[in-house]
Amino acid sequence: MRRILLLSCLLFSWSVVCASEPSGERKQELVRLVRQDCGSCHGMRFTGGLGLPLTPQTLKERPFEGLVATVYYGRPGTAMPPWRSILSEQEAEWIVRQLLNGFPEERR
Amino acid sequence: MRLLLALLAAVLFAGCAQQPPVRGTGDLGIVIERADGRILIVDTTARAVLGRVAGLGDLSHASAVFSRGGRYAYVFGRDGALTKVDLLLQRIERRVMQAGNSIGGAISQDGRIVVAQNYEPGGIKAFDAATLELLAEVPTQSKVVGLADLAGNRFAYALFDKGEIWLTDLSDPRAPRTERYPAGVQPYDGLVTPDGRYYLAGLFGEDGVALLDTWRPQDGARKILANYGKGQEKLPVFKMPHLRGWAVAGNHVYLPAIGRHEVLVVDKADWRESARIPVKGQPVFVMARPDGRQVWVNFAFPDNGWVQVIDTEKGEVVRTLQPGKAILHMEFTPRGEHVWLSARDDHAVSIYDTRTFARLATLPAQSPSGIFFTSRAARMGF
Repeated sequence: MRRILLLSCLLFSWSVVCASEPSGERKQELVRLVRQDCGSCHGMRFTGGLGLPLTPQTLKERPFEGLVATVYYGRPGTAMPPWRSILSEQEAEWIVRQLLNGFPEERR
Repeated sequence: MRLLLALLAAVLFAGCAQQPPVRGTGDLGIVIERADGRILIVDTTARAVLGRVAGLGDLSHASAVFSRGGRYAYVFGRDGALTKVDLLLQRIERRVMQAGNSIGGAISQDGRIVVAQNYEPGGIKAFDAATLELLAEVPTQSKVVGLADLAGNRFAYALFDKGEIWLTDLSDPRAPRTERYPAGVQPYDGLVTPDGRYYLAGLFGEDGVALLDTWRPQDGARKILANYGKGQEKLPVFKMPHLRGWAVAGNHVYLPAIGRHEVLVVDKADWRESARIPVKGQPVFVMARPDGRQVWVNFAFPDNGWVQVIDTEKGEVVRTLQPGKAILHMEFTPRGEHVWLSARDDHAVSIYDTRTFARLATLPAQSPSGIFFTSRAARMGF
């Protein structure tokens, strides 16, 4: 029992340290940014457009780090711009995690 | 007998309910509520919302054209749907799913053919404007951008992935004839001059604009504004500029510079750059007021709270406005005394007087994007 407790504490602290989530308010901003502004090229439902589809099915085969790098640094030679003047690297990671898990809807 | 009377009354009543109000359509328009698959039907004289029509699907990147009578709007949705909306009865008349992923469309000179431009599968499709029956398709194996109507039921468009301009003649709508012209790297949108003669495709993958004289297409496309950003690093482009809509005022064409805070001015006589006007951000729409005296400019994220007005006689910005959060689109009333602006993140459409720059009215709308007035029905390239 004690071992389970220890393990869950470790897991808990790991998730706090490693995931370093944006604040609740910033999350709402990011959700709107991704749905609305990324949505200009990728579709508000992420079914694609000038940019590729960003549904969990289309992204799951791609390495996580590569996806984060695409958001942060852009893809030279394509229309995908670097978002590093707008987002931190942690925020780019958070966005990719949400895209992989099914992106949240905007709060109305 | 009483039953018969009641029946007659019911039939008459049902008939009345179907009768559109007696009114003209020249001052009607639509506003896209992009997140809700809904449009507002608006009256530019009353400056009011007349009604809402829902059920149009994914309108993330929606655009519309109008029947020449101004009664019907053809709305092209991101999800590949083409919806014909009756503005007078405020309801969907017909709707077809015509592709997997669509970006817009155009209507033929004679108003009989509606053409959709598609990303997936890439190509154009022509439909009967009355019935939405499929008449023809031209596959391109590329995303299609910048579809524009030309004289003679021809259509010009550009291929993002192939770097070409295609001209398709739909004078025999079931037997399209297509010519192809090399244009440049990654054309992102196109426009036709108000006379329908010159087709311009903006290039994303290189500095420059491809120009095709559609009276003399056999001469091919040539590049203008080559190397306009020479020696300077392009800023990240967070939103593609849109070329559609007249950016021609007098003898000049006003075009957004890609990745730069500038509007490029081209002399229509020789197609050379004649000036550059510094602006607040990266331009998205650069639109001439119908009389050509002003050019209004909105901007890409993160400068999309600003709008600037260029006086074409002075060749400089004369007004900087902050009409709201995330200004996505601008539409002039038919003769340009007012402009309607959609402020996506304020959930509002604002109406400005273009002479005094006073805000005249603000209408509520849910995440509004495109605004389209029926006066487009009478203009080439809209």
